[in-house]
Amino acid sequence: MTAWIVSDFFSFMKVKAQGLAELLKSGWVDFVDEFKLNFIEGDRWEWLLDGFKNTLLITLCSCLLGIALGVIVAIVRSTYDKTGADMKKRGGFGYRLLAFFNAICNIYLTIIRGTPVVVQLLIMYFVIFASSTNGTAVAIVAFGINSGAYVAEIFRSGIMSVDKGQFEAGRSLGLNYIQTMIHIIIPQMFKIVLPTLCNEFIVLLKETSVAGYVGIVDLTKAGDLIRGRTFSAFMPLIAVALIYLVVVMIFTALVGKLERRLRNSDH
Amino acid sequence: MITNETLIKVEGLEKAFGDNKVLRGIDTEIKKGEVVVVIGASGSGKSTFLRCLNLLENPTGGKIFFEGTDITAPKVNINLHRQKMGMVFQQFNLFNNLTILKNITLAPVKLGVMSKDKANEKAMELLRRVGLEDKANAYPSQLSGGQKQRVAIVRALAMNPEVLLFDEPTSALDPEMVGEVLEVMKQLADEGMTMVVVTHEMGFAREVASRVVFIDEGVIAEENTPVEFFANPQCERLKDFLSKVL
Repeated sequence: MTAWIVSDFFSFMKVKAQGLAELLKSGWVDFVDEFKLNFIEGDRWEWLLDGFKNTLLITLCSCLLGIALGVIVAIVRSTYDKTGADMKKRGGFGYRLLAFFNAICNIYLTIIRGTPVVVQLLIMYFVIFASSTNGTAVAIVAFGINSGAYVAEIFRSGIMSVDKGQFEAGRSLGLNYIQTMIHIIIPQMFKIVLPTLCNEFIVLLKETSVAGYVGIVDLTKAGDLIRGRTFSAFMPLIAVALIYLVVVMIFTALVGKLERRLRNSDH
Repeated sequence: MITNETLIKVEGLEKAFGDNKVLRGIDTEIKKGEVVVVIGASGSGKSTFLRCLNLLENPTGGKIFFEGTDITAPKVNINLHRQKMGMVFQQFNLFNNLTILKNITLAPVKLGVMSKDKANEKAMELLRRVGLEDKANAYPSQLSGGQKQRVAIVRALAMNPEVLLFDEPTSALDPEMVGEVLEVMKQLADEGMTMVVVTHEMGFAREVASRVVFIDEGVIAEENTPVEFFANPQCERLKDFLSKVL
């Protein structure tokens, strides 16, 4: 009796196992077919590669543009915050110039932070640079200007959080405002804001996925084009997601290393 | 060592922060080679007075002449004058992003006062004098308070200043480190460096000062040679102050 139950159980399990193996096998075959269909046939992987190159190009260039804009805006705004009251008392041309630039920076921040990036991109492409055929360049400008607004506020908070004594020590030695900023305040500011700046880069990388709105084939658009061609959504979209994820992870690891190196100066 | 040559002349100096009048008309002269120690209760305006001398605070009234030039005049390039007025802060304020050597050479090199090689040489020589040449490549965070303050003094000296301003240089130090900083300051005084020192170190004032100035409620209430100053205080406020700190 017992033997019968045991043997029956084993034969039952054998059937089950065979079924599972077959299922796995057919699943694997499906997977390989899908993979071939989406990436190998018609060299569609090249679409992803080209899209990825575009995404990286747009992200890197607009990040640099954003940092350049951000530094300038942050310096204008924090200079105004720090010394504006003092300069106002003395009056003169310098103060009016500073107040003017400060007002422009404020308008820039308000507009850019108050409207969606997709709308900004569309306006850039279809209105401001309507005559341009170079979509990638327009996207770089649009994302760079957008990113600059956020980076500016990151930098400004960094500048304001460098100890006031550092600034006074620089000035007391005879360095002028700009020299003190360049040699003392900004290097320390970068260290303070590095984690936040890294976050902004990650946000920017993913934000560029809306570039497809203006006909640029970036990574996201490439995946979507493959989906449209093969009528299979799973593979291309998951592949796109994985690529973004891997880039972000690599970047995070690199920044971690950089942060540890910068920390050398405060043991 | 004191000469007759006036280095800094202060006339009717006033400073207000909003409605709070901190300095209410200070007149004094600092001669080349003098060591002036400024004392007073906290909130009396002594630090503000010192910070006005190199315009880290903008005076709201009065004039300050440095080497004969009115540095409070609007067209004056204060950066040029600050090169000759070194300052040492209570909180040291070494540049955290730079090594000790770079802390010292940054200003002389960037301002074109000396070449990089010359500046390095001079920095090492000064560091040797204060016994810190082995710290040249360390960062400020690796130093003790006393070491930081000695480096801060060296940093100010590297510009070959005409006068050194000390803003409570030992107030943020642990007691056992006060001595090493005062020792460096004493050496400088002996070599004839003109110094204006805001401090609570009465021993230093007694021993090193050529003149002690008591600031009370924004004016100079009394000034005298250290011997007279401590032995025969004239005004009531000073008597009261000395009875509390001595």
